[in-house]
This record gives sequence, structure tokens and C-alpha cells, in this order.
Amino acid sequence: MSFPVPEITDVNRPYWDGLAAGELRYQHCKCCGNNWLPAREHCPQCLSADREWRPSSGKGTILSWVVYRHAYAPHLADRLPYDVTAVELDEGARLLTNIVNGDEGRKLSVGARVELCIENEEGVSLPRFKLTDPK
Amino acid sequence: MRGKVSITGVGHTTWGKHPGRDRVALIVEAAAKAIADAGLEKDEIDAVLVKQPNSAPGILYGQKVAEALGLRPTIGLNLDQGGAACTSLLQYGSLAIEAGMIKNALIVYGDTPRTGSRAALHRPRGDDAIMGWYSVAAGYAMIHQAYQQRYSSAPEEFGIFAVQMRANGAENPNAHLRSPLTMDEYLAGGKLIDPLRKDDFCLVSDGAAAIVIGATADARDRSRAVPLLGMGQGQESWEVHLRPDILRTKAEDSANMAFKMAGIDRKDLSFAQIYDCFTVTVLQTLEDYGLAPRGTAGKKALAEGIGLDGWLPLNTSGGLLSESGTPGLQLIIEGVRQMRGEATLQVKDPRFGLITNQGGTMHTHATIIVGQPS
Ligand SMILES: [Zn+2]
Repeated sequence: MSFPVPEITDVNRPYWDGLAAGELRYQHCKCCGNNWLPAREHCPQCLSADREWRPSSGKGTILSWVVYRHAYAPHLADRLPYDVTAVELDEGARLLTNIVNGDEGRKLSVGARVELCIENEEGVSLPRFKLTDPK
Repeated sequence: MRGKVSITGVGHTTWGKHPGRDRVALIVEAAAKAIADAGLEKDEIDAVLVKQPNSAPGILYGQKVAEALGLRPTIGLNLDQGGAACTSLLQYGSLAIEAGMIKNALIVYGDTPRTGSRAALHRPRGDDAIMGWYSVAAGYAMIHQAYQQRYSSAPEEFGIFAVQMRANGAENPNAHLRSPLTMDEYLAGGKLIDPLRKDDFCLVSDGAAAIVIGATADARDRSRAVPLLGMGQGQESWEVHLRPDILRTKAEDSANMAFKMAGIDRKDLSFAQIYDCFTVTVLQTLEDYGLAPRGTAGKKALAEGIGLDGWLPLNTSGGLLSESGTPGLQLIIEGVRQMRGEATLQVKDPRFGLITNQGGTMHTHATIIVGQPS
């Protein structure tokens, strides 16, 4: 594997299993209703451990982004330039992702609508997104 | 608390490259200068407070430093708070002095990322590395992007800080980088991670710095003891993209605490030494501190200046962008030089000085306000 794969634990396994099954899941607190990512054992709002995984609609909005023009690791050289974009899902959880049709960042803007577009890379299903309305 | 503890001694190695030097040896070199500057004997130091080196975090590192200094201190600490650590250590040390537990604390930092390992700066960032999320700079780029989007900022609003810090560093004979920078050169700078330009990044410098603090009443030379009037902290904790608002941090609380303790207004400041690891950090800090309305720090700097005759003289020895990329103590040392009247770019008769340190990606924050020696 030429890129760093997260260590799979009992806590985050449903997240990666979900992506492999074609859905993006987030954690939901059955005590206070908070929704979040990344995976944790406790709700960071009320500290309850009474949580469940829920499937996201896969729709969200862009919060901010960067575009790498330098490879900080050898395996990233082939991807240059590439974006890393912060997205807030409509359910409230947030994640870092890549936008597949962002034209090296030129088409991105804060508040732009995006939708899930899972891509498989070297056997791992990655939660990427595409602009719903690329201008 | 106000004024009861002072910075009594400061010292640092040269900034830049120290190939083959051991980081603890650099610390000893800086510490000896600071202890001598305070007019103390080594054995009068009863606290050794160390900022963890980014290049080589270690277990019981504070004890290793104390051993090299030949000290068995009452209080020892190795703090992992990124770039806020040195100012936080100063605060913890002053609390211990005020509590009567110790008399003199030594706060030190030294590292060799320039000639040694920069892996800490380029590191993969947790599980998100799978998406390509690498480097310390990327987090600041994310904030810089959000800032320029929200406020429709021109690049010059960031560039003015790089240009002024480089101008200040050019006047500082000890600065790591002494070449000035024009706005055109800033704008033409290459990009590693959009939207950051080359000169938005601070330096990566080898070097060490040290300060000594003690009770103001016990200072060997009261005319050179710079009193601590206010202090504050605020830990943002959340990763950049998980913050409720990417453009708000707990620096605001840190500033409010420090100004309240010092009993002064924002307009009373004679200068500020603001942690400038990236240009956006300066804009964000000025705005979190209430020194400029949201979205206006760069416009205000362009219109009113941030040099000696400007709106608020900033980073008068060049800051992280020009004097030294080491995390924080150089800003405190320049604040001390200003209040002693010993700075190269000396502010005329300074009354109150502000020093900010912050670490991670605006994760941690600490503030001090210093006053005139009595
Ligand atoms: Zn909860």
C-alpha cells in the first residue's frame, strides 16, 4: 500500500465498512442527539457512550479548502495538484475530503454544495465528494 | 499577581543553522546567558521549565535538560503545548513564585529543525492523511482560505505583515533572515499549498532561547526587571475543520483575561509581539484580541502602518517570519528589550507591551502583557 491506511479498530470499523458498502456513516448520540465524525467512543458534547452509526444523505457544503502543489510524501507526487477540502454534512458531522471535479480548486467556494462520490483506491473506499453544480 | 513577578534575565544563541550541535547544548548556552543577565548564580534557579522540542519529543526531557545544567530543581516541567508553551511555562512559573514555592524559574527552548529533522512540520495528520492531509502548514492554509473567502481579502492584506516583519528583521543584526521583501516579491512568491505564498511561511531555524523570572522585589537590578502585568490562556482544542467557526479561537479569551489582569485598555499598548508562524495568524490574533474589527487587520495595517510610527508597532525584531522561526521565546525577549530601552528598533518610551504565543494550528494560546521596570 503506498498511502497511509488508518488503523482499523472496533470503534472506527463501521465507518470503513460503510464506505466499502457504498455509504458514508456518522456517529449519533442517543442521549443528546449530537452527530459527529471522526469515530469516538463517547459523544464529545455530553460524554455519553450510548451512540449509534447512521447513514448520511451524502450531501453537504464546503467550509474551506487547500490545494497542495508540493508532495509532502512520495506517494502524493502523482496526485499533484490536489485539494483537501473540509465539508460539513447536512446532518452536522464534518470531515476532510477531496473534491473530484473541483478543477484544482478553481471551482471551489465556501458554501458550495457537494455530494458523496466514493472512490476506490488500492482496495480502500475513500469518502470523496463532487460539486453538485460545478460552474 | 499584577507586577509582582518580573522577567529578570534573557538570553539566546545565534539563530539560523547549528549543524551537528546538540539541542540540549544550545539550551545550556542560552540559559547561561539568561542567568548571567539576571545577575544570578546558577544554583539560585529552582525551576527548570522546558518546551518540548518538536524535532525529538522525549520522555523525561525536562530532567535531561536539568542534568545538563547541573541542577536539581524544585519544579521541573516539559510542556507539550506547541508554540504557546514558552509563554504558558512563564505563567506557571510565575504562579509558583507567587505561591512561595520557588524563587527563580528558568524557561528554555532549543531545537535544530533547520539542520536536523523537519518531519514534525511535514507529518501526516492522523487518519485524514489517507485523503492527503499532511503538514502543519496545511491547517493554516485552510484558515487563510476561509479568511480571504469570508472577507474578500486582497493578498496584500496578508503580504503587509510579511513585508514589515522582513523590514524589521533586516534591521536586526541577529536575525536569521536579513533580506527585506517587497510587496511585489511577496505577491510573486511560489505556492506550496494554496492559498499560502512562500513568504506567508515563517522560518525554520536552529537555536535556543531562555528567560529567567523571579519576584520583582528580589530582582538584582530593578531597572532592568520587566514586570508581568497580565497573563491569559485559551485552548481551542478542536482540529481546524471541527471548530464551530474556523475563524474564531480561544485567543479572544486569553486576551480578555490578560487585559483585565493588567488593568489596561487595548489603546494603551505601545507595541505588540504577535506569534507570526504564518501571516494569517497575525490577522487572526489581532482580530481575536479586539485590536482590529473582524476582517480588517490587513486593511488597517496597510492604511495605518505597523512599523515604529504606525498604528501598532509589531514584531519589532522581525518575529518568526524574519528574526527566528523558533517558537515564541524570541518574542518575549524582544518585549523585554523594548521595555528596557535596549531594542534595535526601539519604540519611544513604551508603557505597555503585548506578547502572544500560540501553537498547533491555532490550537493553543497564551498572552502576557509587560510593563516598565520600576
Ligand atoms: Zn451526546
